[in-house]
Amino acid sequence: MTETILEVKGLRTYFYIKEGVLRAVDGLSYSVRKGEFVALVGESACGKSVSALSIMRLIPYPPGIIVGGEIIFEGRNLLKLSEQEMRSIRGNRIAMVFQEPMTSLNPVLTIGRQIAESLELHRGMTRENALQEAAKLLKLVGIPDAERRLNDYPYQFSGGMQQRIMIAMALSCSPVLLIADEPTTSVDVTVQAQLMELMNNLRSQFGMSVILITHNLGLVARYADRVNVMYAGRLVESGLTDTIYNQPRHPYTVGLIASVPRLDLPRQRSLYVIPGLPPDLTRLPPNICAFAPRCRFAISKCTEQRPELEQVGDEHYVACFRHEEVPNLMLELECAQ
Amino acid sequence: MSSNGYLVEVKDLVKYFPVFAGVMRRKVADIKAVDGVSFSIKPGEVLGLVGESGCGKTTVGRCVLRLYEVTSGRIYFQGKDITNLEGEKLRQLRRDMQLIFQDPYASLNPRMTIGEIIGEPLVVHGLAQGKEYKQKVAELLELVELEPRMAERYPHEFSGGQRQRIGIARALATRPRFIVCDEPVSALDVSIQAQIIKLLKQLKDELGLTYLFIAHDLSVVRYISDRVVVMYLGKIAEIASSEELYAKPLHPYTQALLSAVPIPCPEVDRQRKRILLLGDVPSPLFPPSGCRFHTRCRQAKPECKEKEPALREVSNEHWVACHLV
Repeated sequence: MTETILEVKGLRTYFYIKEGVLRAVDGLSYSVRKGEFVALVGESACGKSVSALSIMRLIPYPPGIIVGGEIIFEGRNLLKLSEQEMRSIRGNRIAMVFQEPMTSLNPVLTIGRQIAESLELHRGMTRENALQEAAKLLKLVGIPDAERRLNDYPYQFSGGMQQRIMIAMALSCSPVLLIADEPTTSVDVTVQAQLMELMNNLRSQFGMSVILITHNLGLVARYADRVNVMYAGRLVESGLTDTIYNQPRHPYTVGLIASVPRLDLPRQRSLYVIPGLPPDLTRLPPNICAFAPRCRFAISKCTEQRPELEQVGDEHYVACFRHEEVPNLMLELECAQ
Repeated sequence: MSSNGYLVEVKDLVKYFPVFAGVMRRKVADIKAVDGVSFSIKPGEVLGLVGESGCGKTTVGRCVLRLYEVTSGRIYFQGKDITNLEGEKLRQLRRDMQLIFQDPYASLNPRMTIGEIIGEPLVVHGLAQGKEYKQKVAELLELVELEPRMAERYPHEFSGGQRQRIGIARALATRPRFIVCDEPVSALDVSIQAQIIKLLKQLKDELGLTYLFIAHDLSVVRYISDRVVVMYLGKIAEIASSEELYAKPLHPYTQALLSAVPIPCPEVDRQRKRILLLGDVPSPLFPPSGCRFHTRCRQAKPECKEKEPALREVSNEHWVACHLV
């Protein structure tokens, strides 16, 4: 078995806001191995981005605070490090690519300066060497005429190009782990394909691990080795990609996969609809299954107790009291429709 | 109804947006958002319009609704030329054609109650008053599967999916025949998308509506549309029935677009051929010569650079604009 580089254990990140305590991440555990491509899937406000920001220790305080858990990275608990120690990891050993490149790049600095900054900081390069290295990185991510474009400002690039620059910046210090938070949500499909291929190629080239945060189940199927499905701040299911798509056992995962139209299936196929809305995390009682109110298979136990993740197969974990029955229940539902 | 039976017909639609610059604000160029687009929609049909950002799909939708003045070309609705309608006649027309917006957060006035938002078209067009008005608002809310008592509340109390339902109810208030849905689900979560797509489909069948469904998500467009128009940089690249377009795409751009959409099933996706396009979409300010796609097309030949391909019918109802087909 290859070595584990990141282990998130029982992470809890809460936000203390006017309306009460928002438990954005509430007992999240998962691990990432060296070179692995892990997807963190879920809908908005399920805590996927907050969990990533927690790893980077970038949770704005107040109102947010990491109240519990451990994040073990290369043998050290990141939550115990001083801010200074954390700075030597952030952007260096762990890098992050954000959703909106336009708001993540500084509009008044040239691209060259922005990429060179982390090289000077983390690798102690001179400005001149850093700029040369920056040009190499731009070439690597497929920006033509790299040397000249170092002097350009972010607005002179298209959205897809800006995201390439973000990736170049993230790669500048050869990180061990790259966290990509919805990196392709704001770009077109053809550019999305380019960016994903780029990230995947760079991953194999540098042996880096990737955590892809997304709601796009197609991208996950195409690129991920392992899938973690989040709902209301917790994992509901986790497993190898093929297992998750072929034998999903949590009603939420099953519903999510069945609710997206697919290009390869007959057009007339009726879409599965998950009823209702995601819960309000400030009002969610801690001791129930958060998905129960929307679940077609919920029983009284689901609103009395919170299901914990249990192993149901090889590297396959599910948090559902009825996981054994789910495949049959789905079949019955399909027949009934 | 016109003799050929189309509800909407668009002929050689052109829409340029002028660009002004300098101290004198002189016109220096045109953004050629839509540059000669023709298509038609049958009653009860859903016509999908896909393409990447900046291809002109939203502009087409807005021109059809007469929200933009066209630069040239003609638009027919129920057989009547509506390109230059004005005043009261245009206002009357607006009852029959409505729009559902992309962003459910920006398209509802935060200071109006849901009831006022949905009821406004009724007031504007003088369709209902007093008790009947309240009754109609309640009916509209029920139609989109919301509760009538929600009429008293304000937009901020609702989630994205619920807001989109409110936007749909508002569009339905005047009992239109034709609705332009401009990216109606792209701002929503996956599980909510399915709810709204299903609702739109259901309403179409129940109320006999006709949609122009604009979106960039090809799986969604295929699911809901009977026929699909693929646009690239202000021009139509291909038109075909949903089945045909996805089974036998002919234009290299359509092929690349389809192959870029990953299928949420690992085994199936692994077996698909992937075509990676080079670079970005060029600017509509200075579109490439000849075939506008030639700069990104792997199969481009010298003639593609020089001559613009015409949109022609290659098999029954399947139209392509490409020299290589």
